[in-house]
Amino acid sequence: MTARIELAGISKAFPGVQALVGVDFKVEAGQVHALLGENGAGKSTLIKVMTGALARDAGEIRLDGRLVEIGSPREARDLGIGAVYQEINLIPTMSVTKNLTLGRQPRRYGFVSWRRARAMARERLARLKVDIDVERPLGSYSVAVQQLVAIARALDDDTHVLVLDEPTASLDANETDLILGIMRDLRARGLAIVFITHFIDQVYRIADRISVLRNGRLVGAAPTAELPSLKLVSLMLGREVEQVGERPKDRAPPADAVTALSAQGVGRDRVMAPFNLSLKAGEVVGLAGLLGSGRTETAKLIFGAIRPDQGRVAVSGQPIAGGSPRQSIRHGVALCPEDRKAEGICGGLSVRENIVLALQAKRGWRRPLSGPEQERLADEMIEALAVATPDAEKPVGQLSGGNQQKVVLARSLVSDPRVLILDEPTRGIDVGAHAEVVQLIRRLSARGLALLVASSELDELVAVSDRVAVLRDRKMVGEIAGADITRETIIQTIAGA
Amino acid sequence: MTVEPIHAATSGPSFRARLGATLAHRTVWPVLALALILIVDGFVSPGFFTIRIVEGRLFGSLIDILYRAMPTAMVALGMAVVIGTKGIDLSVGSTIAITGAVIAWRIHAGDSHLLILFLALGVGVLCGLWNGFLVAVLDIQPIIATLILMTSGRGIGLMINLVYGGTNPSFLSPLLQSLSVGHVGLVPTRIIVGAVLFFLLWLLLRRTALGLFLEAVGDNARAADLSGVGARFVRYAAYLISGVYAAAAGVVLTADTHTSDPVSEGLYIELDAILAVVIGGGSLSGGRIYLGATMLGALVIQALTTSILTSGVPPEYNLVVKAFVVIVVLLLQSKNARGLVVRLARARAR
Amino acid sequence: MNETYRPLAATVAVFTALFLTGGALYNNFLSTLVLGDILADNAFVIIAAIGTTFVIISGGIDLSIGSMIGFVGVVMANLDTVGWHPLASAALMLAFGLGFGALQGLVIDFCEIQPFIVTLAGLFLLRGACFMINLDSVPIRHPFVLVFSGASIPLPGDGFLASSAIVMLVSLVAAVVIAHFTRFGSYVYAIGGDRVSAALMGVPMRRTIVGIYALGGFYSALGGVIYALYTSSGYPLAGTGTELSAIASVVLGGTVLTGGVGLVAGTLVGGMILGLIATLINFNGSLNGAWIMISSGALLFVFIVLQRSLIGASRLRSAP
Repeated sequence: MTARIELAGISKAFPGVQALVGVDFKVEAGQVHALLGENGAGKSTLIKVMTGALARDAGEIRLDGRLVEIGSPREARDLGIGAVYQEINLIPTMSVTKNLTLGRQPRRYGFVSWRRARAMARERLARLKVDIDVERPLGSYSVAVQQLVAIARALDDDTHVLVLDEPTASLDANETDLILGIMRDLRARGLAIVFITHFIDQVYRIADRISVLRNGRLVGAAPTAELPSLKLVSLMLGREVEQVGERPKDRAPPADAVTALSAQGVGRDRVMAPFNLSLKAGEVVGLAGLLGSGRTETAKLIFGAIRPDQGRVAVSGQPIAGGSPRQSIRHGVALCPEDRKAEGICGGLSVRENIVLALQAKRGWRRPLSGPEQERLADEMIEALAVATPDAEKPVGQLSGGNQQKVVLARSLVSDPRVLILDEPTRGIDVGAHAEVVQLIRRLSARGLALLVASSELDELVAVSDRVAVLRDRKMVGEIAGADITRETIIQTIAGA
Repeated sequence: MTVEPIHAATSGPSFRARLGATLAHRTVWPVLALALILIVDGFVSPGFFTIRIVEGRLFGSLIDILYRAMPTAMVALGMAVVIGTKGIDLSVGSTIAITGAVIAWRIHAGDSHLLILFLALGVGVLCGLWNGFLVAVLDIQPIIATLILMTSGRGIGLMINLVYGGTNPSFLSPLLQSLSVGHVGLVPTRIIVGAVLFFLLWLLLRRTALGLFLEAVGDNARAADLSGVGARFVRYAAYLISGVYAAAAGVVLTADTHTSDPVSEGLYIELDAILAVVIGGGSLSGGRIYLGATMLGALVIQALTTSILTSGVPPEYNLVVKAFVVIVVLLLQSKNARGLVVRLARARAR
Repeated sequence: MNETYRPLAATVAVFTALFLTGGALYNNFLSTLVLGDILADNAFVIIAAIGTTFVIISGGIDLSIGSMIGFVGVVMANLDTVGWHPLASAALMLAFGLGFGALQGLVIDFCEIQPFIVTLAGLFLLRGACFMINLDSVPIRHPFVLVFSGASIPLPGDGFLASSAIVMLVSLVAAVVIAHFTRFGSYVYAIGGDRVSAALMGVPMRRTIVGIYALGGFYSALGGVIYALYTSSGYPLAGTGTELSAIASVVLGGTVLTGGVGLVAGTLVGGMILGLIATLINFNGSLNGAWIMISSGALLFVFIVLQRSLIGASRLRSAP
């Protein structure tokens, strides 16, 4: 039977990174096909190609067997492809009616007839069995309801393919049931649904077929029944092409090592359940878990980038009062964030300036680092991390993603921390350089630094960690230590098997 | 994923590429603009470049440009700092008005003129703290926050004038007037004052880490915060600087007319200051602060005015010419506009 | 009450409170005469401010309002001296306003230059053009001017609605219809509410942005026409500082300067508040004009802080 939508051999490159390499993906009518993969795996890119937000470099797209070109979101909509993005992408300040009918308000003599628009809005919501006050601003409703409105908008009379990008990402259990129920109804009506998610359990509840992307490639595709969760998780966090080195068997900090950082009962409502975590000097603790399990949130709560509403953090016995990044850096904690573009780099400033920024902030504005001092630090770091830049004065925004990541890492290192928190340190760094990062982490811990490494790359965690804290669904669910740290044990703990 | 080459290509970039890179550098434009204006002056107004010494001081159109540009340049310096943090300060004109009123008031009250100088700068500090509070603490958008002082400031100045009885009170102050219209040797004092203020700000920004922090906050406030730079403190500092520099300009302007005229003193100077910053390469979306280029931008604006005056073109044309220059500079700085021009040129060449 | 109308209710409440205060302070204040005067005197500003409301709702700003008012007046006066009927020159100026505004919008969108700077250049351009044409005030002598200023609708009490006020109210109705009963209007709110999402939802960005500034230009020009007819002259300095009053009117009317939220009708009340403050202070012979500026600024401050805390409190939710 011809698939409703079929993508074959899709490739897409951005400057410096190959986002998709020859990906095949197809969805039948009346089917829910789940698309999984960690951040940077290529999911968003594939979706954007499917919905016309991006142009592909190579490959074909067929609808009901017909070859098509999708040049813009509008064209995708005309072809019957509806999309609901992760950020919802509606207008929270406008009413539900206005959001549902934007661009297609029914008109009478050229003027909008709001009476008919309201009826249209109610009717669309009714298709999803939703009945709400359509005149209230969209933003006054919960995220779940906003999601429903977004789905209602995406469903035109002639929509055959519906793409849902993380529809349940911010929902609680009841709200999730609601959305999944709607997906079942739509499937029964013959829609082809693409379901992007990181919630494994939801995949097993509703998906008919699963595809896994990794580093831009399709690493696995099978009917749900033929893909047990253990296999699925290992596909997602699977082995890299290169080995990153065996884990030294005698790795462990000396027993009398001082506690560098201790977080007790730290948590925040709706973000992370309270957890305890401590790091000794010279120790490397890994944070493992799937996307959405709270890795970044744990890191940020400890650093103070997200303000905890309970718990205490202390560095070398000294409590950090009023958790804030400024205080943390003063006490010798540094964070290398996951999203370097939004939170890491100052794109218009030079490599040198970015590298010295945290150290300079620690020293205060009245004690500037001298020019030669800055250059020395910058050059050292550029060499140590092999940052590809002609010189230290180049604006960081012009470097490739991987090198930007290195600059942010360099900044954390230069601030001479006692505790270093790394969130996805190898995200966006080419495979060959992963080993370098591992070596670096080992060197740093040998020098007495305590490290917390949050990562989706299991092999790296296995290679560097003395202990691994495992997260699932915003809770710390287990800890694995010493020789027990293997890919299998981590996967098992994550999967809850 | 691709592997990055560590070295740049061994052969250097071509001349064309280097020329392109230089032209694209934002600070080149004010220099070119200024040079262009002066060259045109040389043709249109004979004797434009002559500098004479009369009564022990320099005279000439070039000196005139420097002289008249100083107040705007001072305000523009403070404005450049604020714009660097992704903000804006519309209240500088009102700060000038209040400064003038305070000066006249305290002179009439009999304070020492040196003290009054400091009081005047103190007005700038207060205005800056007010704006800083609204922006950094209350988190109000800068354009709205500074609009409040812009609306009410001149009224405050008028009230101060009335307090001790008088509309547009005038005064006599040898100290202040010497700063504004006097001269040190051959050079008008205010040019020296302007240069000193520029130098002080340069020291503050480039010889401490404040400049780095200001630019980091303007570029990516979130990243700066995560690096431990306190964005709140930095923004406060920016508006403080803007207030003080506006007050300094207020001293110069007020002493020049030796009258306090809160309604029209420094009228529209914020617009000229913002223009000077933009011509100097600053971006309204924050980031780099180009102090020197901003001074050049102020000179460009003044050069336009002076050139029109000396060329015999009716002064009414001043604003229109200014508008055109601004538009051209902006279009040149816009990537899309440059691309369009290039495309049109290529299409015509075929 | 529907959340959208809450800011408008607040503005009306403030106006009413001020009006009643005036009644308590002065005799003969609570009359339609005073109301009618406020409307007539401030009609031109309010008209321009109505156009600016669209610009601000979309998240932009227009600084060229005042200069347009001056320019329109000067051109009309000069056309009058060569025999044009004021209505004809008005029509020409309205078309000009539309076109000039559209040009500003195009530059803003295509060149990706911030509205502040582009309309600042527009301010200089138009004001400069004023000076190039005339340095002094030029009277408009066509008899139509008298007809226009004479025309009015009597109000209950001894007040009356002057022709300028009538034009203003008509233009307000038109603006309300455009804002709330056309697709274009919904696009304006969408762009101001969330620009990225608006684009993803298929809002025609360039067309809408050009249209927004064109509309602003049209209303500024209309304000200029009314001002010229009202003062029966073309004065090159006319409208100086009007952009400030216009923006203040918009903010006082409940529109948020960040965009996406606001009512055109609110601008009417906001402008009337400003006019009322001026009237209150002028009624008292001993207070001078400084109080107008100070109280306007203070009111603006209160409104902005309130807006800030209200937005924080009702915290419109969007996906994290």
